[in-house]
Amino acid sequence: MKFSIQVNEGPYQHQASDSAYQFTKAALEKGHECFRVFFYHDGVLNGTRLTTPPQDDRNIVKNWTDLAEEYDLDLVVCVAAAQRRGIVDDGEAERNGKDATNIAPRFRISGLGQLVEAAIQSDRLVVFGD
Amino acid sequence: MSDLHTVNKSPFEKNSLESCLRLSKAGSAILLYEDGVYGALKGTAVENMIASVVADKKVYVLGPDYKARGLDESRIIDGVEVVDYAGFVDLVEANDKVQAWV
Repeated sequence: MKFSIQVNEGPYQHQASDSAYQFTKAALEKGHECFRVFFYHDGVLNGTRLTTPPQDDRNIVKNWTDLAEEYDLDLVVCVAAAQRRGIVDDGEAERNGKDATNIAPRFRISGLGQLVEAAIQSDRLVVFGD
Repeated sequence: MSDLHTVNKSPFEKNSLESCLRLSKAGSAILLYEDGVYGALKGTAVENMIASVVADKKVYVLGPDYKARGLDESRIIDGVEVVDYAGFVDLVEANDKVQAWV
């Protein structure tokens, strides 16, 4: 079955990013397909490579990147939410005159249309957040 | 046609569990996870609310989240079933839609 996941909450805020990651991993391990993971609102903070959690704590950003490497996931960060919260890739840095980027590997910034498309193309859309 | 409802907040913090139980249709599946697992405990002010729906709605609790809060499985309300993440995935597959009561 084809799933898509929506994450509305930042990492280390409550538990939504962890739950979404664990759910996505379990679905993939059961042989399901993940069409897209869409990060919205504070969820876009899952997509910065500049986080440095303590070594004995889980690294949520890296977990997503590693899972995306293993299963070729499409990790999409909402552009409007990203602009407000300072999540920047090369294109955004150039367009908005920023001096740095911070998008994590395997993440990409795109629009809300990607969420609509995920909802249409997938059998199930599962939402995690506050 | 059945729906899966997910509740991730404690019933002692928000009224999302109460709304979910009131508005979901008979035959629905309801999964309590994250702080929502506190709704599955016996001997609380919301126990009757859960116990009154288990006849026509199926209530589940996510085991890893329940155990992570130091709770003992003997305290789960009768009729509430414990599932793991793989079971969560199966519930999403088995129901037509997923409604998150965030």
